[in-house]
Amino acid sequence: MKTSIKLAAAGAGLAVLVRAVGRSRARPFAAGHGDETEPSNRWRAVTVNQPQEQIAPDGALPPPLADLGDVIEVRISKAAGGKGTELAARLRDPEPSGAAGLAGRLAGDDPGQAVRSALRESKQLIEAGEILRVEPQPTGRRASTPGSWLIGTVTRRAGSEGVL
Amino acid sequence: MTMKALTWRGVNKTAVESVPDPQILNDQDIILKVGVSATCGSDLHLLGGYIPAMRAGDILGHEFMGEVAEVGPAVRNHRVGDRVVVCSFIGCGRCWYCEQGLWSLCDNGNPNPAITEALWGYPVGGCFGYSHALGGFAGSHAEYVRVPYADRGAFTIPDGVDDLDAVFASDAAATGWTGVDQIGVQPGDVVAVWGAGGVGQMAARAAILRGAERVVVIDRLPERLAQAENAIGAETINYETDSVAAELRERTGGRGPDICIEAVGMEGDSAGPQYLYDQVKQQLRLETDRPMAVREAIHACRKGGGVFVLGVYGGLVDKFPLGAVMNKGLTLRGAQQFGHRYIPEILGLMASGEVKASHLATHVMPLDDGPAGYRMFKNKEDGCVRAVFRPEG
Repeated sequence: MKTSIKLAAAGAGLAVLVRAVGRSRARPFAAGHGDETEPSNRWRAVTVNQPQEQIAPDGALPPPLADLGDVIEVRISKAAGGKGTELAARLRDPEPSGAAGLAGRLAGDDPGQAVRSALRESKQLIEAGEILRVEPQPTGRRASTPGSWLIGTVTRRAGSEGVL
Repeated sequence: MTMKALTWRGVNKTAVESVPDPQILNDQDIILKVGVSATCGSDLHLLGGYIPAMRAGDILGHEFMGEVAEVGPAVRNHRVGDRVVVCSFIGCGRCWYCEQGLWSLCDNGNPNPAITEALWGYPVGGCFGYSHALGGFAGSHAEYVRVPYADRGAFTIPDGVDDLDAVFASDAAATGWTGVDQIGVQPGDVVAVWGAGGVGQMAARAAILRGAERVVVIDRLPERLAQAENAIGAETINYETDSVAAELRERTGGRGPDICIEAVGMEGDSAGPQYLYDQVKQQLRLETDRPMAVREAIHACRKGGGVFVLGVYGGLVDKFPLGAVMNKGLTLRGAQQFGHRYIPEILGLMASGEVKASHLATHVMPLDDGPAGYRMFKNKEDGCVRAVFRPEG
């Protein structure tokens, strides 16, 4: 798969767009809402406590986002008030919605989950230098109760779910 | 290899189990051989099922000290054998929140961000042994515990500071310091503190050391009020025998305290009928938390004063006196502790003898007695202020 990174200034020149272009026909970027060429998906974003040049040095995205390849678009822009850099991503294809979307999220195969994980992990790598792990770790005997199953399921999805 | 650990087994059930040893999972981790691990009032919310994000088998405990047993390859500040106290919250030290000193708000310290993100809009940091909502990290009531971001969260204990003092720098003192510093206690202030447990007593001590002219601690348990007077140097009010509002008004020349610090949390008690009201609503899940002490603090506070909520709350409360907050021009704040910024100062004050905390450890026992210790702590038996476990016995 051929992947290239294209950087472009937007607005007053503060916003930098990083787009993984792997399709035969790249989508043009639109500054406003409602453009028919724009995917309908909302941007998901984290703010990274580092200057812009540290986010994608030499155009190389952090590995968790780069691993998603041309499935996503990525936007990098300076955060207001010296709070670092806004790192945003969105899926190119429309996200599943309704019952199908809910089923995907419950099953753990919703494409938005991968984007959330990749953004959070990229932020951790850039800021803290590692992706914080919690498993495997010591636990006592797990009970086979509905409550225990529910918490276990929620926990397994908790790195890739949420309102991000 | 296996070790002993005290686990949550269900509502108000704990057990000592044999579990696998922890291991280094990230380069910035250490493994700590636990010397002392304390119970905390906030554990009771987990025990009682008020924070429903626990799984049977989870190891409890978040307030602890011990000896470094193993270091990850990226650890620079600690070596095997160091005697350290560990902040109960887990902060990376490099996100914007940590850099602002708001350590419990760390963006990177909670591997399960979706839970608190859904509850509160944005995720907060992680905490040892404090449910899967705060990261699902194994707790410290064990022979060994893994400590992530150890260069940030573990602090070398000065020589001469006893284990039973140092352990409370981990959470109780650090939480008290957070409230007093963040709400801005000034020299000459009158400060009222609701709750004479470990956090309330340490908040009172912090206020005294910051120059507060009068510090009044409110509780109902005589042994805790006696500690607040004798070990901390505060005045006291017993809310079962006195009217808190009337006493505070009288002691402040009719003004009310400048600063009110709530160190009670979601299972508060009170002497009035509102206790029954809040109990019923909480049990019916019509509210998640009982906020009697917060209500009283807001009402008692002087016009233009500050209220800081240090007690742990999880969700929604009823009959919140927003009108008093707005019309009296109050500043209302709350936080889990920002201990990383206060623990060095606290350890220094412990070394100089200006802060003592070991009196809180009224019941020191081996880990094997953990279930009995929690029962004693929960029911306030035998004057128990804190049950404290020594895994080595």
